[in-house]
Amino acid sequence: MVAIATASRRPGQGVAANLLLYALLLILSVIFIAPLLWMLSTSFKTAEGATALPPRWIPADFSVEGYTSLFADAQAPVLRWLVNSVVVAVAHTVLVLVTAAAAAYPLARMRFRGKYVIFALIVATLFVPGFVFLMPNYLIVESLGWLDSKWALIVPGAASAFGVFFLRQFFVSIPAELEEAGLIDGANRFQIFVRIVLPLAKAPLATLAILSLLGSWNDFLWPLYVLFNPENLTLPAGLATLKGAYATDYPAIMAGAALASVPVLIAFALVQRYVIAGVARSGLKG
Amino acid sequence: MATDTLVDRRSRRAPGAASVARRTGVRPGRLTPYLFLAPFLLVFGVFVLAPAVYGLWISLHNWDFFLPTRPWVGAANYLNLFDPDNLLAEQFWESMLATGKFVLFSVPLLVILPLGLALLLNRNFRGRTAFRAIYFAPYVLGVSVIGLLWQFLLSSNVGLVNYYLSKLGLDQAIPWLTALPWVWISLVGVTVWWTMGFNSVVYLAGLQGIDTALYDAAKVDGASRWREFVHVTLPGLRPVLLFVVTMTILASANMFGQSYLLTAGNPSNETRTAIMFIAQVGLEQFRIGSAAAMSYLLALLLIVISAANFVFFRTKEGD
Repeated sequence: MVAIATASRRPGQGVAANLLLYALLLILSVIFIAPLLWMLSTSFKTAEGATALPPRWIPADFSVEGYTSLFADAQAPVLRWLVNSVVVAVAHTVLVLVTAAAAAYPLARMRFRGKYVIFALIVATLFVPGFVFLMPNYLIVESLGWLDSKWALIVPGAASAFGVFFLRQFFVSIPAELEEAGLIDGANRFQIFVRIVLPLAKAPLATLAILSLLGSWNDFLWPLYVLFNPENLTLPAGLATLKGAYATDYPAIMAGAALASVPVLIAFALVQRYVIAGVARSGLKG
Repeated sequence: MATDTLVDRRSRRAPGAASVARRTGVRPGRLTPYLFLAPFLLVFGVFVLAPAVYGLWISLHNWDFFLPTRPWVGAANYLNLFDPDNLLAEQFWESMLATGKFVLFSVPLLVILPLGLALLLNRNFRGRTAFRAIYFAPYVLGVSVIGLLWQFLLSSNVGLVNYYLSKLGLDQAIPWLTALPWVWISLVGVTVWWTMGFNSVVYLAGLQGIDTALYDAAKVDGASRWREFVHVTLPGLRPVLLFVVTMTILASANMFGQSYLLTAGNPSNETRTAIMFIAQVGLEQFRIGSAAAMSYLLALLLIVISAANFVFFRTKEGD
């Protein structure tokens, strides 16, 4: 009976079925990886070589022209854009984590006037699409003097209703005895929050951090319209300008794309387990 | 300090009292909860609540950046959008249609294909972590890299896609980025390539949360693979499915970057999405009042769709 059950649990464990599975997975991998390899390959070609057919995956005319013309161009400081993007994404994420965690804690654990109104307001905005805030926030950011500055990217999106909701759900589930133990030791609410509650919330905080980083990193429309000076652009907004400036100079365009991708792909490869675990949890309790 | 010890004593008094204290937490100083909330509420107030109201206010004015005064026009910005002779209205609904088409074409694929991929990745085999990472990788690159890369790959005369298709015997160069229906196939295809790893990972977590005992029970009953999928996997995935469908509809309705970078809204504004049009009217032509009215209209529509979606999954649950 046991033998039958285990045997029938995986009817696809045969060698043939496994080969089929791997073949399918490999074909899919090629579809996902080949375009990225083509980008790298093209970035090391000459302008004529880049469009020559049949295509050569290993450049026959190896050249770093694409990179040198890009680095010589003051209008396209790609590495500066990369740094800007990293600074903005990290600062934005820190702000999201600090404000959301601090707000979620009293909403989960304290009784006070206005609690339900505040919570209802926050939850209500979960259902409002972000573009509603585009026009008014443009005017608000302008009147604060934040146009063309990093503040315009770091602060306005940092009030994360999702973050507060998500962390509150987690804080509610922490046993109160742990906090009471802290109170007996004479700690105040802030110390309890920092020393007891936050260390328990590493997993949901990591999820929120990953989602905020990815969100800021991928943000395109907002930086496109609130940043102007080439020096101040983030990668998404900056790379979009290459298309017009370099038209069919594919090695230069692909060099820009490669400079933007390689560091990110290396970072992703190093921490992919955490990124994927973070994204995976977003759909479960959120 | 005094209140702390008081509450502490109360919570130890009786099991009933303890559970009250557990539910409500320990009574804090009166200001404490507000101090915790203050940083969030400051940002939330200035950049979420205030703009929600301010945006409505703007939409009731002829709020042109270049006008010396911004006169009150009441609901005119909204009513204009329903005036068949109004050029702005015509262009707006054209862009709404573009967004609608993109949602219609992309959402089914972005819901179904990642589920298939997740089922594949949910099996036991060596290297699944690596494969999972490979399929997720395009998502971390951002829309600009994706746009530049595919603009080259899909170029009708020097692109790799047309080259390999010609090797397969196709003798015509397909205008992927300039003509119908190819523009939609390109935009949907690139979006699926870019984001399907994300949805797969969310599904995968949902699959791993399904009780394995249910599968064993299905086996004992002699259920086929398909019946097992319909009667165990799908019901177990319902909350995750609701999340994925809702998020994907919203993401597709927000589509902007792909059109901006790949087709620039062409041919003849066929792929100019609602968000792209709103941004052009508001932030390029600075007719901010009209743009605000359009965003409120679109938002209302999306909220209705999200709610309908939620109700649909809820009623299914009652079956």
